[in-house]
Amino acid sequence: MNQSRRQVMQLGAGATVVGLVASAGLLPVTAQAADAPGWDAKLFEAKTLDEIAKALGASATESTEVSIVGPDIAENGAVVPVGIKSTAAGVSMLGIVVQKNPTALVATFSTKDGAEPNFATRIKMAQTSHVYAVAKAGDKLLFSKKEIKVTLGGCGG
Amino acid sequence: MPNPMRMRANVEGDAVVVRVLMSHPEDTGLMKAPDGKIIPAHFIQSVICKNNDKNVLTCDWGTAISKNPFLEFRFKGGKSGDKISVTWLDNKGETQTDTTTVS
Repeated sequence: MNQSRRQVMQLGAGATVVGLVASAGLLPVTAQAADAPGWDAKLFEAKTLDEIAKALGASATESTEVSIVGPDIAENGAVVPVGIKSTAAGVSMLGIVVQKNPTALVATFSTKDGAEPNFATRIKMAQTSHVYAVAKAGDKLLFSKKEIKVTLGGCGG
Repeated sequence: MPNPMRMRANVEGDAVVVRVLMSHPEDTGLMKAPDGKIIPAHFIQSVICKNNDKNVLTCDWGTAISKNPFLEFRFKGGKSGDKISVTWLDNKGETQTDTTTVS
């Protein structure tokens, strides 16, 4: 009798843990959310520049034909103004990558439909890190980098 | 529906420069609310910009875009009076479209 009671308690404890985990939102939410069409989750899960290059089927090469503008020191990591530009030929896509962010890839901009390879936006940075401007030209991923110091993190609030 | 986007489109030289300020919380899914619960991810995934119903720019965004996102882009072939429309789509399936004219 004791044994069966123990089993019941164990079962109950296990169920409680699952319930707590679920209510705390620790279960992956990506499974429930419907991603926008064309949004490549794999690309945004990559942790490094090389992984992103691989996911795009390109090899990363440093280049002077890509440039990035941003502050040397960002006082607030939650709002860092960044501009990216490319003068390389045959660029189909531009992107911003922050090396030490939980999701390295910040954004991609497609230039296939006539937009000039010149964009500006504001990004979040978790900590001081290299920020890369990348441009996909054929099977090459051209990049240039800039270190931006963050004095207040963007992910802690 | 939240506030409309603030948009401005100007002719600068031979290109049209468009600046957009969207209204969106951009929650990363990593932060906790004061009660200790994780705020679920809620961010813009896709932005589509059109000039007179012709696609000009498609963006894919991750969670690291700042709250109330700002976007500046330029394209050639536009002229004063053209209609610019910007549409965003987030990971909860919400969407918003706003338009402006090039001045």
